[in-house]
Amino acid sequence: MNEIVEMIEKEHMRLDLPEIHPGDNVRVHTKVLEGDKERIQVFEGVVISIRGGNTRRTFTVRKISHGVGVEKTFPLHSPLIEKIEVLGRSKVRRAKLYYVRKLKGKAAKLKEKRQ
Amino acid sequence: MAVGILGKKLGMTQIFDEQGNVVPVTVIKAGPCYVIQKKVKEKEGYNAIQVGFDEILKKKNVNKPMSGHFKKAGVPPLRFIKEFRLDDEELNLFEVGKVYGVDIFQAGTYVDVTGTSKGKGFQGVVKRHGFSGAPASRGTHEYFRHGGSIGQNMTPGRTMKGKKMPGHMGAERVTVQNLKVVEVKPELNVIIVKGAVPGPNNGYVIVRKSKKKYGLKT
Repeated sequence: MNEIVEMIEKEHMRLDLPEIHPGDNVRVHTKVLEGDKERIQVFEGVVISIRGGNTRRTFTVRKISHGVGVEKTFPLHSPLIEKIEVLGRSKVRRAKLYYVRKLKGKAAKLKEKRQ
Repeated sequence: MAVGILGKKLGMTQIFDEQGNVVPVTVIKAGPCYVIQKKVKEKEGYNAIQVGFDEILKKKNVNKPMSGHFKKAGVPPLRFIKEFRLDDEELNLFEVGKVYGVDIFQAGTYVDVTGTSKGKGFQGVVKRHGFSGAPASRGTHEYFRHGGSIGQNMTPGRTMKGKKMPGHMGAERVTVQNLKVVEVKPELNVIIVKGAVPGPNNGYVIVRKSKKKYGLKT
């Protein structure tokens, strides 16, 4: 990529967010605008994919809500993300954890990473 | 009629606006542009300035007639040269040898961008003209992406002029109108516009004030 384009991307990047990896249990706080009121919405789950570089970077969080799998993809550097909490890390051997979509119950649980 | 600027498409990316929306943008390196020649009504029959962009660094890449032309204007040899037609009073603002940059544009205004689109080679009617092709099943035999009939019968007995058929696509002059200027960076000679512009990365483009809605702010 052209270095000037990269420089412009770097200007719009956020450096205050924690490092996240596939397999992390995260809690994402996003600002939601309803009418003219702003509130914080929390989405908690496992990071199953991270893709893109610089400002184009996005990550996908998956959780089971009322027995239904729900996935949400966030732009990592979006100003709408209030904060990201990393609750725990898991031992994973893949960069993309799409295989957990097919698993249910106990099989879908990822092994915790030991420090 | 207003002056535009010559530039080079550097590439696309995305940035966030104040509301947190993702905005697709194209980064264009524009200017510095040098005024090489002034054309006036009395002499050439019309008012215009000839401007150039992108310095040629190796002397062997400039031929003798052109190097004389640049020398006369007192500007370095340039690769991309175009003319901008101007009014009488606009013409007085420019002198031969003058340099100008992206600061002629402001963020929030609109521009038109002209470039040469990417060449696609010889293409069929589905890609070139958006035909829908033939059904994929129900007895279709070796006839999927064809254009169908190209005319009538004895009358008129010929195919109409301008009938859409396969042929060469792309590599032609294309203008995209009303692109919003997201940001202007005079220190880098960079202008950032919302949306796509014609041509490959590192292709030359002409950026002009929008013909239809230059001053409009939203």
